[in-house]
Amino acid sequence: MIRSSVTGQRLAALFLLGCLLFNYPLLSLFTGRSEIFGIPLLYAYVFAAWALFIGLMALAVEKRGD
Amino acid sequence: MLTGSTIVLASFAYVGLLFAIAYYGDKRADAGRSIIANPYIYALSLAVYCTSWTFYGSVGRAATSGIGFLPIYLGPTLMAALWWYVMLKIIRISKANRITSIADFIASRYGKSHMLGGLVTIIAVIGVVPYIALQLKAISTSFSIILKYPEVVMPDKAGAPLFLGDNTFYIAMLLAAFTILFGTRHLDATERHEGLVAAIAFESVVKLLAFMAVGLFVTFGMYGGFTDIFDRATEIPHLTALLMLGGESGNYTTWASLTFLSMLAIMFLPRQFQVAVVENVDERHLNKAIWLFPLYLLAINVFVLPIALGGLMHFPNGGVDADTFVLTLPMAQQQPLLALLAFIGGLSAATGMVIVETIALSTMACNDLVMPVLLRMKWLRLNEQPDLSRLLLGIRRGAIVVILVLGYIYFYLAGEAYALVSIGLISFSAVAQFGPAIIGGIFWKGGTRTGAAWGLSAGFLVWLYTLLLPSFAKSGWLPITFLSQGMFGIDLLKPQQLFGLHGLDDITHCLFWSMLANIGCYAGISLLQRSSAAEHSQATLFVDVLKQSSAAAGSRFWRGSASVDDLLALLSRFLGPERARDAFTVYAGSRGGKTLQALAADADLVHYAESLLAGTIGSASARAMIASVVREEPLGIDEVMTIIDEASQVLAYSRQLEQKSHELESATNELRSANQRLQELDRLKDDFISTVTHELRTPLTSIRAFSEILNDNPQLDPAQRSKFLGIVIKESERLTRLINQVLDLAKIESGSAEWHSGDIDMREVLEDSVTAVSQIFRDQNVMLNINVPEALPLIAADRDRLMQVMLNLLSNAAKFCERPDGRVNVTLAQEDGTLRVDVADNGIGISPADQEIIFDKFRQVGDTLTQKPKGSGLGLAISREIISHFGGRLWVTSAVGTGSTFSFTLPIKAGSKFQVSNQSAKSKPGRIST
Repeated sequence: MIRSSVTGQRLAALFLLGCLLFNYPLLSLFTGRSEIFGIPLLYAYVFAAWALFIGLMALAVEKRGD
Repeated sequence: MLTGSTIVLASFAYVGLLFAIAYYGDKRADAGRSIIANPYIYALSLAVYCTSWTFYGSVGRAATSGIGFLPIYLGPTLMAALWWYVMLKIIRISKANRITSIADFIASRYGKSHMLGGLVTIIAVIGVVPYIALQLKAISTSFSIILKYPEVVMPDKAGAPLFLGDNTFYIAMLLAAFTILFGTRHLDATERHEGLVAAIAFESVVKLLAFMAVGLFVTFGMYGGFTDIFDRATEIPHLTALLMLGGESGNYTTWASLTFLSMLAIMFLPRQFQVAVVENVDERHLNKAIWLFPLYLLAINVFVLPIALGGLMHFPNGGVDADTFVLTLPMAQQQPLLALLAFIGGLSAATGMVIVETIALSTMACNDLVMPVLLRMKWLRLNEQPDLSRLLLGIRRGAIVVILVLGYIYFYLAGEAYALVSIGLISFSAVAQFGPAIIGGIFWKGGTRTGAAWGLSAGFLVWLYTLLLPSFAKSGWLPITFLSQGMFGIDLLKPQQLFGLHGLDDITHCLFWSMLANIGCYAGISLLQRSSAAEHSQATLFVDVLKQSSAAAGSRFWRGSASVDDLLALLSRFLGPERARDAFTVYAGSRGGKTLQALAADADLVHYAESLLAGTIGSASARAMIASVVREEPLGIDEVMTIIDEASQVLAYSRQLEQKSHELESATNELRSANQRLQELDRLKDDFISTVTHELRTPLTSIRAFSEILNDNPQLDPAQRSKFLGIVIKESERLTRLINQVLDLAKIESGSAEWHSGDIDMREVLEDSVTAVSQIFRDQNVMLNINVPEALPLIAADRDRLMQVMLNLLSNAAKFCERPDGRVNVTLAQEDGTLRVDVADNGIGISPADQEIIFDKFRQVGDTLTQKPKGSGLGLAISREIISHFGGRLWVTSAVGTGSTFSFTLPIKAGSKFQVSNQSAKSKPGRIST
């Protein structure tokens, strides 16, 4: 396993980002009655942030050669 | 139509398909063409995390707490980002040490401790039992419901008989049979089950597809898409709350604690450890799994809230349990195939979990609980059994049945009081107790066995008290006053408001207190004590695993001796003879194609055998078994420290440096003293020359002075003239004598002097000397006594030289003896094979400090500046050289005021006859006097 320490650091940073994204107080910004495209804001936010988070992890892991 | 027989048939067909996949997977693995050796299968197998909790329970949870079901999946997603550090490390450690379960891992980390392995096993079994009950409940409920198709009727559990009268018991036993068939068909040293993993990955696909199918049907079939569902839901007041956080639907504290709990669960659930670590084929697969597994979680959760909302709107009066919406919605819509698919999906989620979990638990129970106990029972004579592999399989199969029966009993006792997710969370909280010991164990060398044991026990007991016992109380199996009034009626001991802590949900409450107790004990006790040598070596292996080359790991801490045959025999008993022989042959092959016979039982082979054995019976037992055939030399703490401490090398290096500098210093000192000696010699030479010059000048000066007087005064009267000429002659003689002495000494010292050795009678020498000096004695009015024995042996020496010595000693005696009553005694004697001559005077004596100085050149006692020197200062030096040349010794004994005695000895010539003197005078003391 070619272990790039940069990848590890990026993932660790992502972990911290994730802890922020999926916790109070950021979550409280999206808990309301408002909707976006007809979907409740909180639901949309959590899934969008989740998808973004996975995307970033994929990017961090799969990106090579730097 | 959907009849009971169709459902049962479909279920068995599905299980049959799983077997086919598992069989195919095993065949391919045996042929060396693994079908699971790719990151996608690995990520799918990790999805065993999603059980019927996810399949049925999430919807139920969402129906009561909105998106409150999500932390259980966000936690693993976050944790996946840390897998790069944490999971990789655990995989490396486990592969290097052939670790096959969590219990093994913890036991191995803390010094291969049986006690810890057993403790972890007990916690894992008790902790996971509710989780297995959850699966049983899900299967049993879904089966009862789908049997009633097309009606949607909730099953009535009240009054159902225990065991044989209960469908759930049969389901549990069927699952036990599946698991035994799947997981314990044969014994494998690595505990890897390729076929099983393939089947689990397939199940992950099935449950995802089934759930997505139901989700799509509800969202787009029953309703007009996401927007439609949410629009309709917001029109119903009590559903609006589900779309928000912070209210009744779960606060942020619960959210955070569930996230944390699931982060630990994804690492430390026995089945997750099994698929992620033990079944891992290649650690590179982890890379893709880091994002593929969270993606799976995302996909299976997208439709949870729509299904929950759809169910709540479709069954508005609450007659249908929200946990069953995934099944009941298709049924209510008259979709038999979809309902069957949903049932199969749920079955697949439940069976996947049960199979992997019970295999993992049975491995633990066998390796870390039962075998250690059996091996300790000497009367069983297990050590003498030729083949234990059947016994091992038997224990595992038994363990699987016991675990499922325990699950069934929990289901029967407490299952009805809780929703699926709540049961699952009880198990999550239990396995979270492994967190501190494992995470601490792989990143902190200071964690000790006692600390881990206390931490685990304390956390487990708190869990038992605050979560498990209340679940029994709520089901009516313990008095409910236990909950409302606390143990013994003590208010502070209320299990769910321990020490008065309230305002938290029961899971967060338990998590807080158990982690406080767990981490507190683990860290506190570890910090208070020193670890043993075995613990320390394991700690280093675990913490530094990423720094070590895998080949050297483990064996470098081992010293001892063993025989290949012993090891092979031991392995044969646990693995079976063929597998053992194969393993050794493979090992021999990896060591440069050696044959089995050529193998050396070195530390590496012993380590290899131990790790093979560890795969089968656990690391702690393997350690004990290997120790029984291997004579190990105990590893002292000092040696371990020396081996592992990186600082020790630096220390040794600096010690060498220190030593070198010491050597350098002493060499410098030697040089310095040699230099000082040279300078001293140089000074002595200068002194010698200046002394000689001074000694020469004194007579020269007087010769010159008197010569000038004679020259300048031709008319000096004859008497005066002859007196002056006499002085000139005397001084010239003195000068000549001095020069002769200097030359003489130089010759003797350089070894070029001529010696004429012959047989000498010392009495003759003495007689001649006395005759020569008699005039001086007479002039100075000194009495000379001579004491000579009648017979004396001969000695070998140079007569003239001996004369020189005697004359020197006698004239010195005459010079320095007392005035006016001077007396000198000369004594000849024979002692111990030598001839001894003493010349004693009655002069002023020589102080002890001066007794050696007088033998130096030009040294005379007394102040040479104020007193006229009474000799050249070379006589004694020359005498000593002469005497030592003939093998004798010259010395002085003296005390101030009582005179001095100069003595010398000379060796008697071997075989010489006594010479009896013919001169009678010599036989008695002679007297020469004026």
